[in-house]
Amino acid sequence: MDLTLSHRNRKRGLKALHFTALFLVMSVICIPGLWIVLNSFRPTIEIMAKPPIWSPSFTLDHYRAMFGGAGEGGVPVFKYFRNSMIISITSTAIAMLIGMSGGYAFARYRFKGKNGYFVGLMLFRAVPGVALSLPLFIVFARVGIIDTHFGLILAYVAMNVPFTVWLTDGFFRQIPKELHEAAEIDGCTRWQAFWRVEFPVARSGVASAAIFAFLTSWNEFALASQLTRSVNSKTMPVGLLDFTAEFTINWGGMCALAVLMIIPALVLTFLVQKHLIAGLTFGGVKG
Amino acid sequence: MANVTLDTVDKFYGKHQAVHGISLDIADQEFVVLVGPSGCGKSTTLRMIAGLEDISGGTISIGDRVVNDLPPRERNISMVFQNYALYPHMTVGENLGFSLKIAKMPDAEIASAVNEAAQILGLDELIDRKPAELSGGQRQRVAMGRAIVRHPEVFLFDEPLSNLDAKLRTQMRVEIKKLHKKVASTIIYVTHDQVEAMTLADRIVLMRDGHIVQVGTPLELFNKPVDVFVATFIGSPPMNILDGVVRGDQIQLTDDLAIKIPSDARGLVQDGQAIKFGFRADNLTPKGHGVSDEGEIATIDLEVSLAEPLGTETLLFAEIGGVEVQAKMLNPRSVKPGETLSFQLMLDKCHIFDADTGAAIRG
Repeated sequence: MDLTLSHRNRKRGLKALHFTALFLVMSVICIPGLWIVLNSFRPTIEIMAKPPIWSPSFTLDHYRAMFGGAGEGGVPVFKYFRNSMIISITSTAIAMLIGMSGGYAFARYRFKGKNGYFVGLMLFRAVPGVALSLPLFIVFARVGIIDTHFGLILAYVAMNVPFTVWLTDGFFRQIPKELHEAAEIDGCTRWQAFWRVEFPVARSGVASAAIFAFLTSWNEFALASQLTRSVNSKTMPVGLLDFTAEFTINWGGMCALAVLMIIPALVLTFLVQKHLIAGLTFGGVKG
Repeated sequence: MANVTLDTVDKFYGKHQAVHGISLDIADQEFVVLVGPSGCGKSTTLRMIAGLEDISGGTISIGDRVVNDLPPRERNISMVFQNYALYPHMTVGENLGFSLKIAKMPDAEIASAVNEAAQILGLDELIDRKPAELSGGQRQRVAMGRAIVRHPEVFLFDEPLSNLDAKLRTQMRVEIKKLHKKVASTIIYVTHDQVEAMTLADRIVLMRDGHIVQVGTPLELFNKPVDVFVATFIGSPPMNILDGVVRGDQIQLTDDLAIKIPSDARGLVQDGQAIKFGFRADNLTPKGHGVSDEGEIATIDLEVSLAEPLGTETLLFAEIGGVEVQAKMLNPRSVKPGETLSFQLMLDKCHIFDADTGAAIRG
């Protein structure tokens, strides 16, 4: 009897510990986000108040100002949003096409120097993006693609391809090759076998690669801040800089724009959440 | 007509030769089993017939067509894989109908063909399930259904039963045999299990190291093995093989054991020739516990080291000259280890092989 009791207590204790740890970790992840959302609805004076004001008041001033005219602290939100969308979606689509082809080739075919290529691709990932910004700036300036959608798309595709190749390679590798062989015997061409059998089976993996690629492009700041100049191509993360002046930073406005930036990413993540989880716990495919 | 012909077919992987110029004629509606130890090239051969592997040399024809360079989809074959290879994102019905859908058949015809196949294999109830919700035996059946739904000219089976447990394997073996009767197509079946080969095949092709060692009906391979490898591979328990030397009209097996050469083999061996002497457990039986006492018989006294009662018969283990041999006791009585029994060896059922090459002298 005592034994069961102490066992039960121990179990309860462990559970409490488990939740505390979870709470702490989630706090670290969530509080900055929450802080941004809360501050976007507070008057500037409250944000900067010392000691902090714990019961916040609510205002939409920052949003009003942001969408307002240029003289009243407004920024071209819609243009930034459009630029971000065009650049992120296009670069993700291209990176996925290239990444999927590459990943499939690495997973399925034997060719000379395969391992070398693969290690090479991974090495590209080891170079920090910022280190590339100056050389990229010089080259892009010479070619004349500074401050264009095309320039940023190119840079993001190059950044994302190694990652999507690596990720999709892993997913395709887990699909037994007999599946496409069976499809080919069933009358498919190699191309049909891929699209009708292997791609649907790896769909969750492909989806998770795509969302990672999208978020990377959507959130990227360092390169974008160098390669964009004007509202023609500035993306939302770069747009955040509009709120910094020589001596002041408009924290409230910055937070408001940041919230607008988070929303699409959040919506997208929710939409593909099912695939994302399935993709990250891949391996449930057994013929 | 869907006879399959292999003419000096080679397969190289880089410098390694996996299949050495094999030639084989398979008749229409014949059930041929390729059998051999792992790495003997049997699966490679099957995959070359399927078109999943390139052919390095020779020709393969199905019907009147040379198919060397045709992709799998143009060969009018279907294949059952060892791991079933069911499409995990499709239901059983979609799996069965996939090939017809690819062939752009009208939906109504697909549905009736799928239903027919499902009925033959007893899959009616499972038609809306996904492969992940099926047991091993059911998956196996779906894989077979997918193969028969198109009425191909040739069925290829690549070790289809090796992932099943023993009981299910026996059951599916019977179903495959029945299926062959129903669909009346040519079947080429690969296995490493000689029992499957014996029970299923019209003809067995026994392979080793990329060569065909012997082709024949199960009983031909069992009764007339061309060499020691075939003799020990086919049949369970495997044939007992003893080293011996010909001395006059006798074969000296150990210092104090010599047996008569079967009368019809006497002209085939020379005095002093080293041979391997083979006999099956069925032909070494305790006195009074064999099939018959007729014919040429040698009597040997052996000490039984182990007895395995199987019900209708008991397997007895003993040693001759340090080599373990197995004997069979029909109408068994209980035998204790250490007991010495008088065994009868049916000489006219014995095999004599060349000691160096292993080739049969008297098959």
